Amino acid sequence: MTHLLSSTITRRAALASGAALFAWSFIPSFVGGGGSRDPRLVVLVLRGALDGLIAAPPVGDPDHEALRGRLALTRSGENTAPMLDSFFGLHPSMPQFARLWSQGEAMLVHAVATPYRGRSHFDGQDVLESGQAGPGRVDSGWLNRALTTLPAGERIEGPARGLAVGVTTPLILRGSASITGWSPAAVVNSSDDLAQRLSTLYGERDPALQANLRQALALDAVARRETGDLPRSGADAAMRLPARGAAKLLAADDGPRIAALSFNGWDTHANAGAARGRVADLLAGLDAAFHEFEKGLGPQWRNTVVVALSEFGRTARVNGTSGTDHGVGGVCFIAGGAVAGGRVIADWPGLRQANLFEGRDLAPTTDLRAVLKGVLADHLGISPAALARIVFPGSDAVRPLANIIRTA
Amino acid sequence: MAADRSSETLIALHRFGFGARKGGADAREAARDPRGFVLAEFNRGLGSPAPGLPASVDLPAVADQQAKRDQELRAAPPNPATKGPAPPNLVNEAIHAEAASWLGFGHAAPSGVCERLVNFWANHFTVSAARGGLPRIMAGAYVREAIRPHVFGRFADMAAAVVRHPAMLTYLDNHISIGPGSKSARAGRGLNENLAREILELHTVGTGHSQADVNALARMLTGWTMAGRDGRLGRYGSFVFDAAAHEPGAQVLMGRSYVDAGENQAALAVRDLAALPATMQRIAWKLARHFIADQPPRDAVDALFATLRETGGDLRAVSRRLLTLDACWRAPLTKIRTPQDHLVAIWRLLNQAPEPAPRAQQLMARMGQPLWSPPSPAGYSDLDADWATPNAVKVRYDVVVEIARSRRDDPRGLLQDAFGPAVSAATRDAVMRAESREQGLALLLLSPEFMRR
Repeated sequence: MTHLLSSTITRRAALASGAALFAWSFIPSFVGGGGSRDPRLVVLVLRGALDGLIAAPPVGDPDHEALRGRLALTRSGENTAPMLDSFFGLHPSMPQFARLWSQGEAMLVHAVATPYRGRSHFDGQDVLESGQAGPGRVDSGWLNRALTTLPAGERIEGPARGLAVGVTTPLILRGSASITGWSPAAVVNSSDDLAQRLSTLYGERDPALQANLRQALALDAVARRETGDLPRSGADAAMRLPARGAAKLLAADDGPRIAALSFNGWDTHANAGAARGRVADLLAGLDAAFHEFEKGLGPQWRNTVVVALSEFGRTARVNGTSGTDHGVGGVCFIAGGAVAGGRVIADWPGLRQANLFEGRDLAPTTDLRAVLKGVLADHLGISPAALARIVFPGSDAVRPLANIIRTA
Repeated sequence: MAADRSSETLIALHRFGFGARKGGADAREAARDPRGFVLAEFNRGLGSPAPGLPASVDLPAVADQQAKRDQELRAAPPNPATKGPAPPNLVNEAIHAEAASWLGFGHAAPSGVCERLVNFWANHFTVSAARGGLPRIMAGAYVREAIRPHVFGRFADMAAAVVRHPAMLTYLDNHISIGPGSKSARAGRGLNENLAREILELHTVGTGHSQADVNALARMLTGWTMAGRDGRLGRYGSFVFDAAAHEPGAQVLMGRSYVDAGENQAALAVRDLAALPATMQRIAWKLARHFIADQPPRDAVDALFATLRETGGDLRAVSRRLLTLDACWRAPLTKIRTPQDHLVAIWRLLNQAPEPAPRAQQLMARMGQPLWSPPSPAGYSDLDADWATPNAVKVRYDVVVEIARSRRDDPRGLLQDAFGPAVSAATRDAVMRAESREQGLALLLLSPEFMRR
């Protein structure tokens, strides 16, 4: 079972994928009722700002189609979204999530946001991961601080231990609790987005460098195909393969229980697409990741919660380049056998112009910290006091969202 | 900021220096007074090497000691069950210490203009560690002993110091060259023309000489060697003139006759070669090509040549002329930074302290420019086309992505530190709009402004 993950990290592996798994180095020792609680929690950080209105379109909102224009998903036609309920659809490239939904093992929180109201990815990710009310405090992350409140049991001595060399622990897991990292051996080039941005910059300023970069990337792609070094590329493999490796680690009895991965590339300013296109590919990758966790965790899936979140949402209206810009309100995916799923949690603000945040974004009506507090309280048993003081400092007024976790 | 002030800022930082350091002071100073920023450092001159570095004369013994250790280890390998940590490799330690000194110089200077000149001259008079053996362990000390002291002196003095340095003598085989008519001549040992040829082809005139000239200079250079282990000729590792190996008789070089004056015969010849107009023409052109463009403006080359000729090869004067040439402050930044200069610029921008030598050397090698190891006596290429290949760009991309992934710097602050106000809207926007800090940092470190000098 270790063939997917390598304890010695190749240079290529460290380079190519941001999706290294970082996990608590200990197995929590819960002593509870039957003494048999063995929860697993995985947080997927979607960097770049997921467009919640395309992931889970509010098809029933009368202003939706007009606002979204070419990016609109609808009840019928070329860009049909399967309906989750009478109001919300789901992106058609997420059939596995839809299936989990119908099994009652997946849910969505919509119109959700961190307390951050600016539009900088850097600051937005700091707030998302630090768990602080604003940017600037980046010494530790909320998931790490949550670990410090848990009873530490055995140290993980799994078969595939090894530090993810050269990749720093993401802020969300940084702090005093001991963290171990793994990089999947089979990784794909997930930095296509960086190459694209760099190529665009060279195109404006330095055509000679652009020509060289393009040629190099084309050669690299051929080499990867020829050698079978990196079997696939694109968003699907960039998320599927790390998730597959991570799931095997998490499934093991002596493997990690609480972990985070980040997936890049969600900053879709141009040509986002509707049923097909860039966002569709990214969501298909995320869907594949959920499926890999379900398959790989096997019997442990029933003890598992996987949360996918992003630093903020995107503008409600389509921009001039068939994409969307940085916004506020977005969506949060939650799946797992431990989830009381089949529901969208949303205090829907509506998409009328007057209801948009600053006249441009889906207004946030649910604090993401409420969602995470609900998960941490009911899945890991962290006390409300610790959540308000240690995990999300100064969040006393943000009440944990109840009933996300299934009661056994 | 006016366009010309903005471009002068980048010229001050990148054409003449190693790029701005973390904290923003360098970029601010360069933006305030671009020319003054460069000239102030030029006037201060070079920093002194850290004390404690071994002199090259001590290094052959260090190499011997390590060779002896290696031999003992091969003869009696330690029991793998009981052996402790391997003892440090003395040769590698000496090389790392010298590399650390080089990295320290690159890190300490606000601009780096003087160190850029050191590197230019070290490359002009290449000794490559890639040759192995003594050149490998001595390459760093050679730059410190033969190049640095003369960067603001006379070209002829630098040439003289270079040609008698044991690193150069062993790199280009002159230490084993024996005059065919000398007392030491015997079957199977004779003349080696390697150093003589490179002095003519690479160090001085470049063209206009014949095979007979190469041969004549090689004969004059016979006897210029390094004292061996036995100490018979002098202190092991030092330069000595071995009269017994010297070819007797007068020689004719480039139409000039040199009577046999022992060691002084070649010394005089090298001084004369260094003073020839063809030599000055060539170094004027090489300086302009390095600091301005692959095809430097003719009048810039002429101006540098005139200064060299008027001052008798004064390198301080010609360097000052270079730094004050209007052409230098007008020509666009078209050359890609060499991998070493790109890495030094990255470390200056990201790190408070110099990068540790072993890791720095590893990265330079991976980027295709290992420290003091050009592929031939011609040195590293100075042409954009040789460094800006698709593969080289991809390796830089990979290395920068790896570096960016290991950091959490805020690219917004670094944009300011790196360029001050002199950044293009395209690069600023690309960095500011990056979807994560690491992506923003990678875009900054790979941006045209950061890559071109």
